[in-house]
Amino acid sequence: MNPAPSSTWFTAAPHWQWLIVLYFFIGGLAGGCYFLAALMDLIGRPEERPLARLGYYSAFSCVVLSGIVLSLDLGRPLRFWHMLIESNTYRPMFKYWSPMSIGAWALLVFGLFSFLSLLGALAEDDRIRWPALRTISARWPALRKLRAPSALGRVIAVLGAIFGIYVAGYTGVLLAVTNRPIWSDTPLIGMLFVVSAASTSAALMILLGYRFGGAMPGLANLHRMDDWVVALELLVLIVVMVSLGPVFRAWLNAWGLLLLLAIVLGMLVPLILSWRGRQLRQLNMATARVLVLLGGFLLRVVIIFSSESI
Amino acid sequence: MPEPMGFYTDTTVCIGCKACEVACKEWNQLPCTNGGVNTLSGDSYDNTRRLDGIHWRHVKFIEQFPEDRKDGRWLLMSDVCKHCVHAACLEVCPTGAIIRTEFDTVVIQSNACNGCRDCIAACPFGVIDLNPVSHVAQKCTLCYDRLQGGMEPACSKACPTQSIQFGTIRELRERAQKRVAQLHQNGENRAYLYGADEKMLGGLNSFYLLVDKPEVYGLPPDPKMPTRNLIPGSVFAVLGAVMVGLAAIFNLRNRGASQERKMRP
Repeated sequence: MNPAPSSTWFTAAPHWQWLIVLYFFIGGLAGGCYFLAALMDLIGRPEERPLARLGYYSAFSCVVLSGIVLSLDLGRPLRFWHMLIESNTYRPMFKYWSPMSIGAWALLVFGLFSFLSLLGALAEDDRIRWPALRTISARWPALRKLRAPSALGRVIAVLGAIFGIYVAGYTGVLLAVTNRPIWSDTPLIGMLFVVSAASTSAALMILLGYRFGGAMPGLANLHRMDDWVVALELLVLIVVMVSLGPVFRAWLNAWGLLLLLAIVLGMLVPLILSWRGRQLRQLNMATARVLVLLGGFLLRVVIIFSSESI
Repeated sequence: MPEPMGFYTDTTVCIGCKACEVACKEWNQLPCTNGGVNTLSGDSYDNTRRLDGIHWRHVKFIEQFPEDRKDGRWLLMSDVCKHCVHAACLEVCPTGAIIRTEFDTVVIQSNACNGCRDCIAACPFGVIDLNPVSHVAQKCTLCYDRLQGGMEPACSKACPTQSIQFGTIRELRERAQKRVAQLHQNGENRAYLYGADEKMLGGLNSFYLLVDKPEVYGLPPDPKMPTRNLIPGSVFAVLGAVMVGLAAIFNLRNRGASQERKMRP
């Protein structure tokens, strides 16, 4: 008999599959985009506000989608509210020691902050064509206060960014707080998810910047930051592999190959394209960011499914 | 308040009749169609395969025979939820659906569970799974309804060899220790108790007498609580956030427009 490398081999798979992979990806984008947009508002230049605005738009779209995807994944979707309210007593349901419990609340609170920032961003966006949304900037200019540099806007940005980065990373801690192979055999997946959320979010914002604004101010900064974070992501992933010890053999198969593909396509190639691309044209820069997004998605596919298949 | 109750399963007297499985399914009205699977597993006499949402008892058949078949033995074990004193499932459940009863057993309230499946990933023994009919997580309740009515659980009642014994944990532990001593006296020195003291997850309220390593029975040698990773996992995640924050602050802070010109197409 092939001895199990860890006690986690005696457990059952929770059937967390594509919807959860998708949630881990877009939840990371939601938190990461908000975090970056808030930082651009807080420490960036005024010319970068349109790019930060795209970050708030992506964050809100992704957080709404996250809620829908998570609810759909439940065995009983209509009972999604049981995560927040104890269904037998109607008291608030909160367990600070259960990442899923805190995560459900964090997602709700983060959703609220990203909605406020969305309103703030819409209120100063004069390029929107959709009449229903245009009325926001026309009728309620006071909503601009919801966005930095106003004092209220700064508070919202700081709190929203904290909840955003929490939403981006708690999913990895949630995986660690189980007894499943790989997930609970290293405490580092939360860290990996935070870093990967930042790299994919910067990539998404860069691509949206190209799509909606051409060469928007702030793009160079995001490019440079994304290179740093992609390099950091690679480093953290290597540390994760080392920390798995004998459990690493769970990746000596097709999942390991896919992980290698994520590393090469999603991390190394973008870094090379970016490094060689000081003079390269926008197309190559955009290609690098598409690959970063793809790599971030593949990373989550491998982490979820390689454990599910044991 | 009643005393903590549970099961003591003496695997040495199990005959693999599966009366426990049948009694469990009958009392708890669990589907008997095996989830639509009507092929044989090919794994000894075990066609139940594993514990899940519709199999709350599972008799394991382990054949230990050498190639020449001169010597050998069957290990038979009726597996069930361990009703751990420190229950991983109860700990992580985000809806409060999993409760500890007055009998110190662990029960999933089907009307509160929303099927998030965190408990499935948390259980160190792989006991829980979704019930394909109710779409919520289900497992052995140690016949909570029968206990409330002063009856013993269906499986132990049906067991013809008293391999599965029901009673107070205190009494069951005494009985089990005597049985181990008796087996040792008769030359079966491999006999030992699995989960009969506080060392394993605070004590398993369904514990076992085994005669081989736990892994042979598909049991983890050192089951752990999932929350062991909560603090380290959170600390590392915060560290990741700090690193990302530094990278972002360093690169996104106002540096003037000189960098921008390079990026223009």
